[in-house]
Amino acid sequence: MSAGVRDETPMVEVVDLHKEFGDAHVLRGVDLTVPTGSVCVVLGPSGSGKSTALRCINQLESITAGRIYVDGELMGFREGTHRGAPALFALHPREIARQRTKIGMVFQRFNLFPHMTALGNVVEAQVQVLGRSKSAARARAVELLERVGLTDHRDHYPAQLSGGQQQRVAIARALAMDPELMLFDEPTSALDPELVGEVLAVMRSLAETGMTMIVVTHEIGFAREVADQVVFMADGVVVEQGLPEQVLTSPREARTQDFLARVL
Amino acid sequence: MSTTDAGRAGPAGPTEPVKPAADQVPDRIHAIPVRYPGRWISGAVVVVIAAMAVHGLVTNEKFAWGTVADYLFSTPVLRGVVWTLWLTVAAMAIAIVLSVLLAIMRGSANPVMRWVSWAYIWIFRGTPIYTQLVFWGLISVLYPRLSLGIPFGPELLDFTTKDLVTASRAAIIGLALNEAAYLAEIVRAGLQSVDPGQSEAARALGMKNTRIMGRIVLPQAMRVIVPPTGNETISMLKTTSLVLAVPFTLDLQFATNAVANRIFQPIPLLMVAAIWYLAITSVLMVGQHFLERYYGKGFDVHHAPGGGDGGRRRAARRRARQAAINAAGTTAEPGPLTEVTP
Repeated sequence: MSAGVRDETPMVEVVDLHKEFGDAHVLRGVDLTVPTGSVCVVLGPSGSGKSTALRCINQLESITAGRIYVDGELMGFREGTHRGAPALFALHPREIARQRTKIGMVFQRFNLFPHMTALGNVVEAQVQVLGRSKSAARARAVELLERVGLTDHRDHYPAQLSGGQQQRVAIARALAMDPELMLFDEPTSALDPELVGEVLAVMRSLAETGMTMIVVTHEIGFAREVADQVVFMADGVVVEQGLPEQVLTSPREARTQDFLARVL
Repeated sequence: MSTTDAGRAGPAGPTEPVKPAADQVPDRIHAIPVRYPGRWISGAVVVVIAAMAVHGLVTNEKFAWGTVADYLFSTPVLRGVVWTLWLTVAAMAIAIVLSVLLAIMRGSANPVMRWVSWAYIWIFRGTPIYTQLVFWGLISVLYPRLSLGIPFGPELLDFTTKDLVTASRAAIIGLALNEAAYLAEIVRAGLQSVDPGQSEAARALGMKNTRIMGRIVLPQAMRVIVPPTGNETISMLKTTSLVLAVPFTLDLQFATNAVANRIFQPIPLLMVAAIWYLAITSVLMVGQHFLERYYGKGFDVHHAPGGGDGGRRRAARRRARQAAINAAGTTAEPGPLTEVTP
């Protein structure tokens, strides 16, 4: 696609991001730029901080240092002056909720609402957050469930669906908010091997529509086929990034070579 | 379609009996079940003891069943039943609303709210219900007038406490405020039982905290909250007998006791009270069962989506309920003497 070619505001810009959990320094200065309309796949061993970085982008984790811009907007803070000096003002939870509406997120463990049907899951936030009418939200939900191939399952509760079906409902639920950016946090890691394909197929078709996506995954094949940019993280820093063929086929860094040798 | 439908696919008219489907499984196992003589022995022992108890109840003339029958539906007793029911329902309704507020305050990010909730629970759970009821009965002595206004400023509304806090209201307030403290801990446990991933997913969708609580967390917590709340309701039914402390004297316990003192026959009137308490408790247990089923939706895989015919759904529910009881590990294996909790 158009990775880094167009001279416009990138969809996501992460600058020198640090995150501490108590004494643990999990992210140690992450820089990441994801151009609008591109797919960025983040690889790395477990504990490398890739999921944490993703969760920081939509502020499920508060950040310790650095800046995150989504579509040019600073996330979580407002810049201003306090007693004459430049300062960051923390945003009210209401403001943070508003910033999140343009970011869709898909979780490793699906996190569907178990007391609502598949359709109910997709309708809920449209009504509660976007203020759509029940009928408009329903129509959109029906359309999205058809897009992920679950028209026949819309009246099923999550417990009656397979993992792959649940994850596809979760993708439809996130898309119902008409996000500009989709975050995928190991979307296939909790699935039985034979169910991984159906979820990746939905993600692939989503990428083809030009959706900006950041995908944390271990699916090297998906990275090779779909990614515009592959980022390899280890120990809380970006070790290497570039085009998929470059990072996956001829990695420069020893740690990347080591990781790929183990997963391929 | 599930495999259970195989036997009755197609329009089976009333004239055409449904043929049992041919067994698809060759050489199906029909094992002789394990014998459990202990169950039969214990069953026999229980039957004998039960017969002895019934015999004792029937033949002992001091129970005076004729008197029990005379007073079971008498006016003061029926009035007592209605008052006891009203006290229970009103106190529980107020307590449930208050307890949800207290539990949410307890988990709030606002430290003032957290402390208010903590202090409330500390006081109302830490003092006896009897003491609290006496206190609410004496409130009109403590504060003869209640007024609403600006502190140190003008008064806007003014009441005589005696008129505002009648004996029945004092009883309801006393029972409700005490109960709310206990229920708040039950609700808190329920809220904590919901997977944090749920509110995380809702936050990622941009939902506000109040909506997340009302639409996502609380409905799921209800599954955990309802059973102990049913327990509390049944307990409240009998705690209403303490409203004598207010003093409030129209409830079932006081009404039967008053009759007993008048006719010098305490035992049959105790039976009258016991029968009514047991009957109301049984009705409450049925209500609890339906509430639990309602809030269990989506958690039981066998729950038929959408419509479906009644018979099959009921069977599925029974199976699911038994499965839930089995999964709880509180009963060993389902057998002829396994009690199914209604």
